[in-house]
Amino acid sequence: MSAGTVTVSAAGLAESASPVLELTEVTKVYPGTPPVHALRDVSVRVQAGELVAILGPSGSGKTTLLHLAGTLDRATSGQVLVTGLDVARLSDRQLAGLRASSVGFVFQQFFLAEHETVLDNVADAMLYAGVSQATRRAIAAEALARVRLGHKLTARPTQLSGGERQRVAIARAVAGSPAIVLADEPTGNLDQHTGAAILDLLEELNRLGTTIVVVTHDQAVAGRMRREVRMLDGRIVSDAASQPAPSAAAAAAAASPVAPHPWDGEPR
Amino acid sequence: MIAISPQSRSAAARLRPADLARLAAVGLRTRKLRAALSALGIAIGVGAIVAVLGLSSSSAAGLNAEIAALGTNLLTVQAGQSFTGATAELPLAAPGMIARLPGVYEVQTTAQTSVNVYRSPVIPSVNTNALTVDASTLNLPAASGTSVAQGEYLNAATANEPDCVLGAAAAQLLGIDKIFPGERVWAGNTWLYVVGILKPDVLSPDVDSSVLVGYPFADKYLGLNGYPTTIYVKAVDSQVNRVYNLLAAQSNPENPSEVDVSQPSSALVAQADAKSAFNTLFLGLGAVALLVGAIGVANIMVISVLERRSEIGLRRALGATRAHIRIQFLSEAILLAVIGGAAGVLAGSLATAIYAHGRGWQTVIPAQAWAGGIAAALVIGAIAGLWPALRAARMSPTQALWTI
Ligand SMILES: Nc1ncnc2c1ncn2[C@@H]1O[C@H](COP(=O)(O)OP(=O)(O)OP(=O)(O)O)[C@@H](O)[C@H]1O
Ligand SMILES: Nc1ncnc2c1ncn2[C@@H]1O[C@H](COP(=O)(O)OP(=O)(O)OP(=O)(O)O)[C@@H](O)[C@H]1O
Ligand SMILES: [Mg+2]
Ligand SMILES: [Mg+2]
Repeated sequence: MSAGTVTVSAAGLAESASPVLELTEVTKVYPGTPPVHALRDVSVRVQAGELVAILGPSGSGKTTLLHLAGTLDRATSGQVLVTGLDVARLSDRQLAGLRASSVGFVFQQFFLAEHETVLDNVADAMLYAGVSQATRRAIAAEALARVRLGHKLTARPTQLSGGERQRVAIARAVAGSPAIVLADEPTGNLDQHTGAAILDLLEELNRLGTTIVVVTHDQAVAGRMRREVRMLDGRIVSDAASQPAPSAAAAAAAASPVAPHPWDGEPR
Repeated sequence: MIAISPQSRSAAARLRPADLARLAAVGLRTRKLRAALSALGIAIGVGAIVAVLGLSSSSAAGLNAEIAALGTNLLTVQAGQSFTGATAELPLAAPGMIARLPGVYEVQTTAQTSVNVYRSPVIPSVNTNALTVDASTLNLPAASGTSVAQGEYLNAATANEPDCVLGAAAAQLLGIDKIFPGERVWAGNTWLYVVGILKPDVLSPDVDSSVLVGYPFADKYLGLNGYPTTIYVKAVDSQVNRVYNLLAAQSNPENPSEVDVSQPSSALVAQADAKSAFNTLFLGLGAVALLVGAIGVANIMVISVLERRSEIGLRRALGATRAHIRIQFLSEAILLAVIGGAAGVLAGSLATAIYAHGRGWQTVIPAQAWAGGIAAALVIGAIAGLWPALRAARMSPTQALWTI
């Protein structure tokens, strides 16, 4: 079903001249007594088609960084460019428009609407993009098929397992084909096995062309990403390509002798 | 794959009206009982107001229909006060003069005697019940707006006899609801035999409380001086106003100012349109219920905004602007209030219809009652929802996404 849906974004990789996300000497200070310096002089760029892990201990500023990148908050100083647009120069309305069209979020807590069907939860991703409901649903069904939930369209989130819920949330994040998907601890509420399956899914979506930034404090999770940005105390302490350990995928597969790709086929 | 068209990737997010309508209903669909309870106050308020206005309009319509059936072309002429303050008398020639006016097709008169009427001679003479004997011309009921309920009216023969016809109120006061052969009442020093009872006379209450005898009998035995007390004039509909203006001068050319001319139906129309003090009371209670309802809606919306913080955060992350959040919660409050208002209009109309049907009135719900009820609910929803909606919109996305 994924065949021919998207041509792998060789174009995105080639366009290294204009990164999807570019932070330059960004600081974020939360006012208070004493003020909290959550980010100090952070500079990072993410090119189209990348799969980036942001790793660091609790309180190191990962979520803050993700919120700034997703235009949910504004930097105290420095420049944040999303799809080449300077966040500081955009109005609240324009930022909302940017989020609606170009940014997808995945949260640790899923944030699904329990009274709506899985299909409508995903369709709502494009609610503020001026797309008709019929089109939204068609796109949502396709996105759900991509996360192997095509058979659960009419289910309610309350009838899903934790892993399935996060897959719904991921489908919602990628449905509108955003320029970048920002995931904050997407496996934080899941057991190791389900978490590994979610990472497999993110990797697959990335192979299909989606630019993804994943925040985690789990070294094992970060180890599977192609690039690893390490944070400590509001600073980036290292930013390097990591060689995904083949053993990680193998270990995940080994942990599940019944189904090598846990989401494949029927519900477990 | 299906793709969103490039045009829709415009800088500013937008929300379709159909989607807004669906969003406004989210909170109500997911918490039905709570929504119903908070809409109840507004439903009661609007219902009370609609019912009060509906009932008073329906009763006015009922009375107006009754008046229309009786006709509005009855004019009455009575003696007014003379220049010196004493009660004037209508000239003996007045009925004849009036009958000569173009457009007048019926002239009937009554003349009051000083004779009181009792059920029997043993009743003490002070207990008059304020019933006196009046002399009447022979076609009075048709002119005054009534007809015979039982027996028959006075005719050329019975007008000379000690025979009488009772007005509806007089019959009731005397305790006579059926005419038995030989039924009679005591008129001071003579018996009067009851030959007929009239139906209630809406237009002429004077006739209602009269015991009517013929002029010839009254002249001979009751010492009537012959001057008419009240002249009942019927004019053709198109001439009523002209006749009305001419009646005083025609009745008493020398002293037109000593004549009182009136149109009984117009007094009744005014009475039908008069609002009772009860209306004011119930309207006040309705207003209080509306106020309580408004507070209920505001309360529920404040709670809703607090509870749905993460929903607000998610929507901001999905691209909702502050205005989208504001309009969503404002619409929800308005929808809640308008549903309450609509339920109130329905309940108030139903109550009016049932009561009006029971009274044989036409059901009339004035447009300003139901439209005003819905409009009031709308305004109340907007006012009650404004602050919670502003509060929801003010929340920063990151603050809304906090989970503890
Ligand atoms: N709204 C806020 N007001 C004040 N301080 C804040 C706020 N949000 C975050 N902080 C502080 O900023 C610092 C970075 O927080 P952040 O949430 O970015 O960390 P994190 O790396 O995501 O941690 P974790 O792994 O625990 O989620 C922390 O010290 C935190 O206390
Ligand atoms: N209330 C429900 N109604 C219908 N189906 C349900 C309900 N709860 C769970 N399911 C289905 O039952 C299957 C097992 O769900 P369960 O939550 O037990 O999985 P799990 O092993 O905990 O998975 P995960 O590791 O993802 O949390 C799933 O396919 C799920 O969709
Ligand atoms: Mg965090
Ligand atoms: Mg589970």
